[in-house]
Amino acid sequence: MSPDHAAISSNGLGKRFGRQQVVVDLDLDVPRGSCYGFIGPNGSGKTTTIRMLLGLVRPDAGSCAVLGEEMPAAGGRVLPRVGALVEGPAFHPYLSGLTNLLRLDAADGTSDPATARSRAGAALERVGLIAAANKRYRAYSLGMRQRLGIAAALLQPRDLLVLDEPTNGLDPQGTREVRHLVAELAAEGTTIFLSSHLLSEVEQLCDHVGVMREGRMVAQGPLAELHGLRTRRFRLRTADTAVAFQVLAGLGVGDAVEGADGIVGGLGELEPDRIVRALVDAGVGVRAFGPLAASLEDAFVELTGEGFDVSA
Amino acid sequence: MSAPEASVAVRQRRGSFGRLFVSELQLVFGRRRNQVGLVVLLGLVTMLGVALKVSQLRHPGARGGDIISAVAGNGIFLGFAGLTIEIALFLPLAVSVLAGDAIAGEANLGTLRYLLTSPVSRVRLLAVKACALGVGSLVGALVVALGGVLVGTALFGAGPLITLSGSRIGIGDGLLRLLLAVLYVTVGLAALGMIGLFVSTLTEQPIAATVATAMVSTLLWILDAVPQLDWLHPWLLVDRWSAFIDLLRDPIFTDRMVTGLWVDLAYGVVFFGAAWLRFRNKNITS
Repeated sequence: MSPDHAAISSNGLGKRFGRQQVVVDLDLDVPRGSCYGFIGPNGSGKTTTIRMLLGLVRPDAGSCAVLGEEMPAAGGRVLPRVGALVEGPAFHPYLSGLTNLLRLDAADGTSDPATARSRAGAALERVGLIAAANKRYRAYSLGMRQRLGIAAALLQPRDLLVLDEPTNGLDPQGTREVRHLVAELAAEGTTIFLSSHLLSEVEQLCDHVGVMREGRMVAQGPLAELHGLRTRRFRLRTADTAVAFQVLAGLGVGDAVEGADGIVGGLGELEPDRIVRALVDAGVGVRAFGPLAASLEDAFVELTGEGFDVSA
Repeated sequence: MSAPEASVAVRQRRGSFGRLFVSELQLVFGRRRNQVGLVVLLGLVTMLGVALKVSQLRHPGARGGDIISAVAGNGIFLGFAGLTIEIALFLPLAVSVLAGDAIAGEANLGTLRYLLTSPVSRVRLLAVKACALGVGSLVGALVVALGGVLVGTALFGAGPLITLSGSRIGIGDGLLRLLLAVLYVTVGLAALGMIGLFVSTLTEQPIAATVATAMVSTLLWILDAVPQLDWLHPWLLVDRWSAFIDLLRDPIFTDRMVTGLWVDLAYGVVFFGAAWLRFRNKNITS
């Protein structure tokens, strides 16, 4: 296997449940070593995609490969190298956190029974759950359950971590800790496939993103490129609004509007410096001029055409 | 190649059947509900013993010719009597509870997706669940039989047994025959367990799977009791379940039990196969 293989790739991947086409013609490309943010509104097919990648759901169109091998056929070889948190944690309520981890470890045919306890202990340590290791799972709070789910993904050294909403249910401190952990794992060279509805989380952690909408990938690539997809805008503060509008119109900025916080318009192909020079040359007193930082959320809404409403 | 990858590459593929099987048994027998179930099975045979003791005190000397009446003369017979009484409803119900939980229980909790991505192959998981059902059947039958012997001995004393053929066998011989009866009952219950395992792959609701399996066993008993359907009886799973009583004949009469084992085996293989066909490509959306 060559190292330049993608960690996850798919080709025309599709899945239909009854009449509902949940995933359509999906081409995923997750570079090895990247931290890939998988975002999209609820019901856009993210979880079904993850389930197909992990061999839980059979695709009915296209194909997907994880760590360079075809899934689900190569599941027995590939999955020991993949840690996964899918749609929230799930454990036996009347077993302790540690016993639950040992059960999952026992299911993995490649794991070494001699080191099971020490590995489970290390995983619990890493997510800050060692003190509650022998408590029954049913006594765990939502945040502790989430941490146990992450601990299960860390039972073995992994090449790929698939994390579906890893900070769900965590308090702000827990969220920080988990994000720190994810960043740490990414720095160690583990490829991270992070599905999230928290755009700030993706923006903070990821270097690549894929945006889903109604089962289709609407944008995919390095995070910086996605930012670039959004129309660049500027904001101008001045007292001479009338002259300023004339100058802007002369430069070809047609969509400038005056808001409470000054004049906002699209830059188009213009360089910001040119606008400022033209304004000053025309005698407009410029109090402030600057590009408007496009947040990922703006780009997201522009791409998906919706906020976080559930897709029908 | 990154650092973690190298460490994974040296990991050899080991069999996981044994470890997962042990984990499965701990799960099944560690569960409070299942422990209570065993106590209930034991309580029923105890009740039977006490009821027989009371009736013996009220009507001394009254004696029928069947296995239940024989308990009054020898406590060891309570082991056989317990199996006879509980084979119709309570033991199948216990197996239905375990079988309903097998796949549907994991699906309902969501633990199925984590087991399968651990990963364990689907056929191996089914095999582990099937073997655990076999052990569960054995433990259920053992508790009834041994509990019956202990309770019966305490209430009525123990001694050499009079067989149904009228001959006399020693206590050791009698207990050995009881153990054979337990094994025979276990095979039948395990076959029902395979029906339950199949049903368990059809749903995410363990209760539904349990109820359906218990209904199947009850329906089979009812069909088996309708004389007009006697042509169907040899094909019913439960038809020869009570044939272990032939172990109390001298010499042991094996014809019915051998046929019974073949029927059990056929049901077991067919329904394990059906469970595998269903589970093999199932979309796990729980």
